[in-house]
Amino acid sequence: MPDTVLDPLTVPTPDDEQHLDRLHGQLVRGAAERDLVDLTYRVVDSPIGPLLLAATPAGLVRLAFESEGRDAVLESLATLIGPRVLHDPNGIAGMAEQLGEYFAGRRRAFEVPVDLRLAHGFRLDVLGQLRQIPYGATRSYAAVAASAGRPRAVRAVGSACAHNPVPLVVPCHRVVRSDGTPGGYLGGPEAKAFLLRLESTAA
Amino acid sequence: MRHPFEQAVAEHGGLVLRVCRAVLGPVDADDAWSETFLAALRAWPDLPDDADVRAWLVTIAHRKAIDVIRARQRAPVPVPTIPEPAGGQLGDGGPALPDHDLWRALAALPDRQRLCVAYHHVAGLPHPEVARIVGGTAAAARRASADGIATLRRTYLPSLERETHA
Repeated sequence: MPDTVLDPLTVPTPDDEQHLDRLHGQLVRGAAERDLVDLTYRVVDSPIGPLLLAATPAGLVRLAFESEGRDAVLESLATLIGPRVLHDPNGIAGMAEQLGEYFAGRRRAFEVPVDLRLAHGFRLDVLGQLRQIPYGATRSYAAVAASAGRPRAVRAVGSACAHNPVPLVVPCHRVVRSDGTPGGYLGGPEAKAFLLRLESTAA
Repeated sequence: MRHPFEQAVAEHGGLVLRVCRAVLGPVDADDAWSETFLAALRAWPDLPDDADVRAWLVTIAHRKAIDVIRARQRAPVPVPTIPEPAGGQLGDGGPALPDHDLWRALAALPDRQRLCVAYHHVAGLPHPEVARIVGGTAAAARRASADGIATLRRTYLPSLERETHA
């Protein structure tokens, strides 16, 4: 039970919030200097909704759509990679800037270090194939399966796309059905249609 | 702990800052806060999932605060715990803080009373938990906390009334 004599010390003030932001920034820098961070993350706005970016010291490890649930994604990353997770609102700066350029139609490829440790086996092979699909072009799931050396593994290609840890950067949105319809997308069919339209207009 | 550390900072960062300020005053509190969260981040993966994160952080903050208090006692020239306010600011352009008189009154308490007041009344920990952190029995922690509050009522509230009636 708080004692009223201490109210000025127990009731948060608006100044505290700014002060804590400063201390938090120092913590993020101090933790990075001491190699204490498994992951940092930030959220950037985009025409297809807020995007969660998460990076290890090796590079971008996850890009998630709002529909995936921010807390759920962070919880899963903490379990898969490590729980020393810090919010860095100004971090992963190059990626945030390049996303802005991409959505403005001024960038065709992302030049950022990517950490693909969340993908394994055939799925990792598929991601490698996806990175070969040029801006503005599309491939069918069957064509990607063939280029990955397993022409019958069309469903597995779909599954690799659905589990792509870094959509946009590894352009799984460029994989469409053989009949030309867009097919599924982790960020939702509207987001996929938006990205294909953006790239066909700017290409 | 498997959960993201950021949750601990977001949930308890403000409380730990208020506890550090109550124990050390506003100037040393920032360093104690930073040291506390760096140490907590280091130890986070080894903390059991069912641990009481708030009590754990206050325990770390207590160790950091004791380091500062000991360093002050070793300092050849005694440094005033609470600097004089200059135009509503403290230290080198830090933010205006709510009440200098209260910190002065807290700083004048015996260390043990100030710690018990901070951990019980500011951090909201029950007396047995406070006793675990500062040592001794829960009854002794309760008494130290009550004595501290009684002194604050005597030393701080009268100065508050003087201001209000001025």
